[in-house]
Amino acid sequence: MTDPLFWHRLQFGFTITYHYLFPQLTMGLALLIVVLKAIALRTGKSGYDDAARFWIRIFGLNFAMGVVTGVPMEFQFGTNWAAFSRRTGDVIGQTLAMEGIFAFFLESSFLALLVWGERKLGPRRHFFTSVALLVGSWLSGYFIIATNAFLQHPLGHELGADGIFRLVDLGAFVSNPWAIAQYLHNQMAAVVTASFVLAAVGAFWLLRSEHREVASISLRTGVVAGLVASMLVAFPTGHNQGRLVAAHQPVSLAAMEGRFESGSHAPLAMIGQPNVPARRLDNPIHLPSLLSWIAYGDFSANVRGLNDFPENDWPGNVELLYYAFHIMVGLGTLFIAVMGIACLLLLTRRLERSRFMLWLLALAFPFPYIANTAGWMAAELGRQPWLVYGLMRTAEGGSPTVHGGTTLFTTLGFAGLYLVLGLLFLSLVMREVSHGPRALRPTFEN
Amino acid sequence: METIWFAVAAVMVAIYVVMDGFDFGAGGLHLLVARNDRERRQVLAAIGPFWDGNEVWLLAAGGVLFLAFPAVLAAGLSGFYLAIFFVLWTLILRGIAIELRSHVEDRLWRSFWDASFTVASALAPVLFGVALGNLLRGVPLSAAGWFALPLFESFSPSGALGILDWYTVLVGLFALVAILHHGALFLAWRTDGEVRARSLAAAARLFPATIALWILATVATARLAPEIPQNLAVRPVAWLATVLFLAGLAGTWFARRAGRDLAAFLGSCAFVLGLLAATAASVYPTMIRASTAADSLTALNSAAAAHSLRVGLLWWPFGFLLAALYYVVLFRLHRGKAQAAAEGEGY
Repeated sequence: MTDPLFWHRLQFGFTITYHYLFPQLTMGLALLIVVLKAIALRTGKSGYDDAARFWIRIFGLNFAMGVVTGVPMEFQFGTNWAAFSRRTGDVIGQTLAMEGIFAFFLESSFLALLVWGERKLGPRRHFFTSVALLVGSWLSGYFIIATNAFLQHPLGHELGADGIFRLVDLGAFVSNPWAIAQYLHNQMAAVVTASFVLAAVGAFWLLRSEHREVASISLRTGVVAGLVASMLVAFPTGHNQGRLVAAHQPVSLAAMEGRFESGSHAPLAMIGQPNVPARRLDNPIHLPSLLSWIAYGDFSANVRGLNDFPENDWPGNVELLYYAFHIMVGLGTLFIAVMGIACLLLLTRRLERSRFMLWLLALAFPFPYIANTAGWMAAELGRQPWLVYGLMRTAEGGSPTVHGGTTLFTTLGFAGLYLVLGLLFLSLVMREVSHGPRALRPTFEN
Repeated sequence: METIWFAVAAVMVAIYVVMDGFDFGAGGLHLLVARNDRERRQVLAAIGPFWDGNEVWLLAAGGVLFLAFPAVLAAGLSGFYLAIFFVLWTLILRGIAIELRSHVEDRLWRSFWDASFTVASALAPVLFGVALGNLLRGVPLSAAGWFALPLFESFSPSGALGILDWYTVLVGLFALVAILHHGALFLAWRTDGEVRARSLAAAARLFPATIALWILATVATARLAPEIPQNLAVRPVAWLATVLFLAGLAGTWFARRAGRDLAAFLGSCAFVLGLLAATAASVYPTMIRASTAADSLTALNSAAAAHSLRVGLLWWPFGFLLAALYYVVLFRLHRGKAQAAAEGEGY
C-alpha cells in the first residue's frame, strides 16, 4: 500500500477521531458545569459547588488532552492536505483564523482560572469564568463545523478556472444552513456524552456508597440533562440533518441505508448487511415507508437508490458508511430509552435504590462516545469521494511532495504517542474518580 | 492589502516568539534553576496561567497564514513535513508534561515529567530557529510552488540542501540561547528566592553567548542572502526595528545589573520582537525564499484574493483586541511573584 492518499486519510481519520473524544466531553461538560455552578450560586448548596469542583478537574484533564491532540489537526491541513489548503484557504482560512482568535484565546485565558482560581476569584467571578469557557468551547465548535459544512455543502464561494475557491459572501459561508443544523445536532450529542459521564460516575459512587451528596447531584444532573439532550439529538436536530442529506447528498443517503433500487414508499432498514457486489441488502428487517417520510416528509416519496448514480460518485466505503450511520441511529434511540426510564425512576424517587439502573448507567458511558464517533464517520464517509462536495475530489487534495513512506512514519508516531497519552489519561481520570470530590481548602498551605 | 497582511503575519509570529519564548526559556532552564519540588512548582506556577494562551499565538499566526497566504502555508508545511511533526510531538510532550506533572504526588513521576518538560522546552526553540534559518537560506521551490526537503543531506547551505546544515543549526542554536536568556529574565521577574537568584545568574552567563551567536548568525545570513542587508539599508521600518532591538539589548543588560527585573525582561522582549521585525522588514515581500529567486513565494504572488483579505480585515482587528484584553486581565490577575501552589491546587 504505497498510495500516499491512503495514509493521509488514515492519519487524518485516526487523529481527528482520537482528538474528538476530548472536545465532545469538554463542550458538553462546560454546559453542565455552568448549570451546577448556577444552582450553587442560587441555592447556596455547597454540594453543587463540590460537584462542580470535581467536574472541573475532569474538565481540565480532558481539556489538556483536547489541546495537545488538537494542535496537530490545524497543522495537518498544511502538511498532509497542502493541495486542498492552497485551493480552499481563501474561504476556510476565514473560519479557521476566527477560531484561533475568537475561541482559543478565550478558552486558554480562562482555563487556568477555572481550574485553579476558585478561591482567588470568589464564587461570582468563578461562575463567570465557567461561562467564558462555555462560550469559548462552543464558539470553537461552531467555527470547525462551519468549516466542515463548506466541505459538505459549499456556499458563499466561487470556483475559479485555476481551481481556487474564492470567498464571495462571508455571511452565506458562515451561516450555511448545513452548518447550523449540524452544529445543533453535534452540540446536543456532546451534551449527551457529558450527561452519560456524569450519570456514570454518580452511579458508580452510589453503588460503592461513597460521596453520597456529590454522587446524587451528578447522577440527577446527568439523567435529566441526558434525557433532554438525547431527545434533542434525534428530534428536531437529527431529523433536520437527515433531510439536508436527502436534499443535497442523495447518493450518501442511499449508501447509509444500503439502498440500491430506487422507488416510492421507501422502507427504513433497521438491520441488515449491505452486499455491494450483489447490490442488495442481505437479511434486512425493514420499517415500511418510513425512509420516504424521514427524507421528504411524505410516505410515498421516491427515494433514489445507489443504482441511479454512477459508481464513481458512490461513497468509497458503502459498507462502513452504512454501519456507522446505523450504529449512530441505533444507539441514539437506546439513549432516549435508558435516560427516559432513569428519569421515570428519578421522578418516583427510586433511581438511587435501583441497583440495576445504577449498574446500567455506570457501564453505559462509552456508548455516547461510540455514537458520536459513528455520527462523524457517517458525515465524513458520506461526503466521499468528494473533499468539497461535488467540486473537488478527495484524491486531488493531498500534498504533492509528500510520499506514503513519510506519512506512514508520522502515522505510526501518532499511534504510539496517542497510545501512551491514552493510558496516562485513563489512569489519571481513574485516580480522580476514586479520590472523589474535594472540599475547597479554606486557607493557603505551602 | 497584501502588505498589511504580511505585517499582520509578522507581528503574530513575533508575538508568538516573545510569548511562548518566555515559557520555552523557563522550561529549558527548569532543571537548572529549580532544584527541589517546591522550586519546580514555583517555576510551573510562574508560567502555568500563560503557556496555553501563549501557544494559541502560534495557532492564530497559522490561521492568518491560512486566510491570507494559503499557498505559503501549504508549501511550507508540506515541504518541511517531517520537521513539522517533530515540532508537533515536542509541543504535545511539553503540554502533557506541564499538565500532568503535579497530578500525582510521586517523586519518580515528577522527575520524569520535569525532565521531559526541560528537554521539550529546549528542543522547541531549536526547531523553530532551524525553520527560520531554512526560510532565510532558501528552499528548492519548483515553479509550481512546491518543495520537499530531507532532514539532512550535505549539511552545507551551498551543497545539496537539507533542513539541517551548519547555517540552519547555527540559527537554531542562536534561537535556543536567546530564548533561554529571555526565559531566565522572565523567571527572575516572576519568582523570588533561590529560583530568582539562579535565573539571574543564568541570564548573566547567557547574555554574552546570545550576543556572540547573534553576530555569527547575522554575518552568515548576510553572506547567504545578500539582499537582506541591502534591503535593511534602504527601509526605514527596518531601521526602526533595528533601533528597537539594539535598545532592548542594551536596556536588558543595564536593567539586569541594576536589579530591575521587569525592565530587564521587557528589554529582552524588545530585543526578540525588534530582531524579528527587522528580519521581516528586510525580507519583505519574500515569505519562502526559493533557491532560484524567481520561484520565491512572496506576499504578492501567493496572497488570497482581494475580497478575502478585505473581509478578514473587518473582523480580525476586533479579535486581536479581544485577545490583547484577555492578556491584560490575565497578567493583572496573576500579578506579583509566583508562589508554588499548595498540593492539589495548582501546577
